[in-house]
Amino acid sequence: MNRAENWWSQLFISPFFVMFIIFGFLPIAYSVYLAFFRWEPLDSSQTFIGLENFRNLWHDPIFWQSTRNTFSIWFFSTIPQMALALGLASILRNPRLRFRLLWQTIFLVPNITSVVAVAVVFGQLFGRDYGLINYVLHIFGVANINWQETTLASHVAIATMITWRWVGYNSLIFLASMNAIPNDLYESASLDGASRMQQFRYVTLPQLRNTITFMLIVGTIGGLQVFAEPATFGGNLSGGSSGQFSTLTLYLFRNVQEYTAYGYAAAVGIGITIIVLIISAINFALTRRIASEDTKK
Amino acid sequence: MSTAGLAIDSTAPVAPKVKKNKASRHKKMSPLSYVFLVVIAFASFFPFYWMFVVASSTSDVIAQTPPSVVPGHNFWNEVKAVFEVVPFGRNMLNTLIVCLSVAAAQVFFSSIAGFAFAKLRFRGKKALILFIIGTMMLPSQLGLVPMFLLLSKLNWIDELKALIVPALVTAFGVFWMRQVIDAQIPNELLEAASIDGASIPRIYRSMIVPAILPSAFVLGLFSFLASWNDYLMPLLVLQSPDKFTLQVAISQLNTKAYGMDYNIVMAGSFMATAPLLILFVFVGRRLVTGVMDGAVKG
Repeated sequence: MNRAENWWSQLFISPFFVMFIIFGFLPIAYSVYLAFFRWEPLDSSQTFIGLENFRNLWHDPIFWQSTRNTFSIWFFSTIPQMALALGLASILRNPRLRFRLLWQTIFLVPNITSVVAVAVVFGQLFGRDYGLINYVLHIFGVANINWQETTLASHVAIATMITWRWVGYNSLIFLASMNAIPNDLYESASLDGASRMQQFRYVTLPQLRNTITFMLIVGTIGGLQVFAEPATFGGNLSGGSSGQFSTLTLYLFRNVQEYTAYGYAAAVGIGITIIVLIISAINFALTRRIASEDTKK
Repeated sequence: MSTAGLAIDSTAPVAPKVKKNKASRHKKMSPLSYVFLVVIAFASFFPFYWMFVVASSTSDVIAQTPPSVVPGHNFWNEVKAVFEVVPFGRNMLNTLIVCLSVAAAQVFFSSIAGFAFAKLRFRGKKALILFIIGTMMLPSQLGLVPMFLLLSKLNWIDELKALIVPALVTAFGVFWMRQVIDAQIPNELLEAASIDGASIPRIYRSMIVPAILPSAFVLGLFSFLASWNDYLMPLLVLQSPDKFTLQVAISQLNTKAYGMDYNIVMAGSFMATAPLLILFVFVGRRLVTGVMDGAVKG
């Protein structure tokens, strides 16, 4: 290791670390500190209150409601997303498919577009009185659904926006990993008389274990940060008339901007992080377990 | 069919083997598969089309039953209305300033750091790259409040630099560039260059940069799109309409449009989305390969 090389390397990597310390680490550390204070900037006093913010958080019905909503939205978006993306990917990898690149490109379009604009459009499509979706459902004899006011329906509406955005992107990721599966595995499976469905179940799925784990973790971190969709769907930070689609990040943001309760907002942020860590650990353990059972069979 | 494949297999092992596998594993594309593709493709495009339908119609047409599904003739009126409610041109310019600065900075800083991590030897290299990957797991809202306070202390509230500076370099960019440089530049080439006495900045300029330009372009696109679509940070730090980015401007339209009509909101949304769609026509294929290249390691 020569000295010049060492010196230039330090220089080259320093921008990341300098920026991370200033805009990543310091805010996080300060956040932890802040969470022990009552601090509403309007009265410009900072009072140390120990764990009170966390106690309040624990008894805060809106925090728990937002947690439930976030998970419900995450559930309704993750399951269809994964299923549709896997389906798309297994079609896209068929060598007989024509215009593959064109299809792939089309499916990536939703991913690149403005979240707010998309949420505006879906908000209109999900309108109660004049929305196209209710109109189509009406043709099939379904009575008008109030997508904003009904808790479950509002979750489905927001989950639809997220699913729409991510299906194509995820299918490309799945496709890339599927292409990396060695052909011999399919060969021996089909020699053993496995049908295409069985090949999918016993070869493709276990081989995609790492990809699925990775996507679940990334998807969960993203899912727990859902903000633009519910904010735009409701048009404000309250997440519906009775908080029926308020999410964790929305609630955090509301504490900053609407209530200017900085100490409490910091505590909400820590709460969110703890939830993210727990869920990531569960995801990781579950996917490994399921996958190892698969390989045993 | 499989016997024919086996016969070829014994004589010429490599290329025909692949062919045989694919042929035996994949039957013809079923019509159902194409139906599925068409349905998803339709769903992918419909919201954009619908944006334009609503943006170009008058509110009574949208409210009728059954709703009109073809564009109307009112688009330019709605566009004019958008410019009356928000300073849309200014907002577009702000967005471009932020996106271009962020994209350029991320490409530069990520490529030098990626170069160091991929090809140079220095103390603590392994631990540091693991640390960088680890930071990607942290939810960004954790530091949201202090970030706001920090930006206020710096007097950056309501300034575009509050959006640009914290985004100059990301863990994702560094990691991506490391993968790219590691995969695309052979070590022998660099060794030869350093034996010839080329300095490290010189190697970066004359060997790394030309080789990674296509991948750097993809990273630049990703950063550009991410900052175009960012909503949380602009909403947090921007306050006056003249400083808004497009996302905040649309959300303002949306909030103000309560009790008004949807057409104007859709016209604004359409105008904020159209540039991306046009850009996508030119770079879509590269983004597809970019996403897939980045995926294999996942």
